[in-house]
Amino acid sequence: MSAEATKAIEPKVLWGGGRSPFSLSYGKMMMWFFLVSDALTFGGLLVSLGFARHAAVTNGWSWPQSDQVFTHFPGTHAHLPLLYVALMTFILIISSVTMVLAVEAGHRMDKKKVTLWLALTVVGGLVFVGSQVWEWSTYIAGPDGDITTWADNATLKQNFFLTDANGNLGVAGPQAYAMFFFFITGFHGFHVFSGVVINFIILMNVMGGTYERRGHYEMVEKVGLYWHFVDLVWVFVFTFYYLL
Amino acid sequence: MERDDIIEYSLHAHHSEEEGVKIRKKIYQVTAWMTIITILEVIVGIYCSRTALMSNEDTKWIWESIKIGYIALTLLKAGFIVLIFMHLGDERKNLKWMILAPYIAFIIYLIFIGLYEAIAIGEVMY
Repeated sequence: MSAEATKAIEPKVLWGGGRSPFSLSYGKMMMWFFLVSDALTFGGLLVSLGFARHAAVTNGWSWPQSDQVFTHFPGTHAHLPLLYVALMTFILIISSVTMVLAVEAGHRMDKKKVTLWLALTVVGGLVFVGSQVWEWSTYIAGPDGDITTWADNATLKQNFFLTDANGNLGVAGPQAYAMFFFFITGFHGFHVFSGVVINFIILMNVMGGTYERRGHYEMVEKVGLYWHFVDLVWVFVFTFYYLL
Repeated sequence: MERDDIIEYSLHAHHSEEEGVKIRKKIYQVTAWMTIITILEVIVGIYCSRTALMSNEDTKWIWESIKIGYIALTLLKAGFIVLIFMHLGDERKNLKWMILAPYIAFIIYLIFIGLYEAIAIGEVMY
């Protein structure tokens, strides 16, 4: 797609100064640097989840199984394991697709299509954040609440408290599971929220014709990188928190 | 606003209507694949219970293979997102590896040391 990146250029010219050896503008380069550092943060969070879980399992405790915890669907009390979180995952993937379509339309200077796809991306992001609000309120305070960060939560329906061979109550286990749930999905949800705000600002600029006048839609590409990253993180959270 | 010392690389990323049709086709294909993978993961997640499989010595290997399968499918989805949606596959090779190589090297070490130490701590703690 980008002709500049596939063009063969003499290494001496490429690295000789006066141009970017990566054929990349400053803003996009900095977005990539930010994403690498942010990916390390999320990597650290997921590895610490693995740490807590492996330590607990090695110690002979079982770890709560997510498809027994996340069994609710809005508007019904039926037992529907993983279905709502699967729907959330699907919505985020689709909003990532509408974003890449907005970037593609930007490369053709098609203002109408960029506006349409970017607006759909904002809507997808809002639906995802709203779903997370529902999930949190259900699991913290709802009548079906199954996970908790404190040991004597009276709203708990199912009991996940673990004891060792001598009947002593464990300190880690389910509470750690709940803390990791709220921390990781909370941190990711905040990223989604900032992404929605940034996408909305860029959408206003697109509609105002800022990028039409500038001659390119690179700003859409830059926020697109951030938005795809949010989706990328969710793919990993979905696997390591909900599936495994 | 106009500066002649800045090269607008983004202008070179522009493409025609015909090229756009091809690119969109690729995007829709990747979307279909990601959807299929997600549906597959969820079906396996609903019907294969870890607790049930792990409680029996004979079926332990099934859960272990499912685990490896999940991680492989996740990496496949991650590859689709990074290389196609984020266009890293279309960028210059030196940029691609400058982003990927340090991250992969560091995260492999972090996973190794995190899980290795977790098992050691699980044996002595509590």
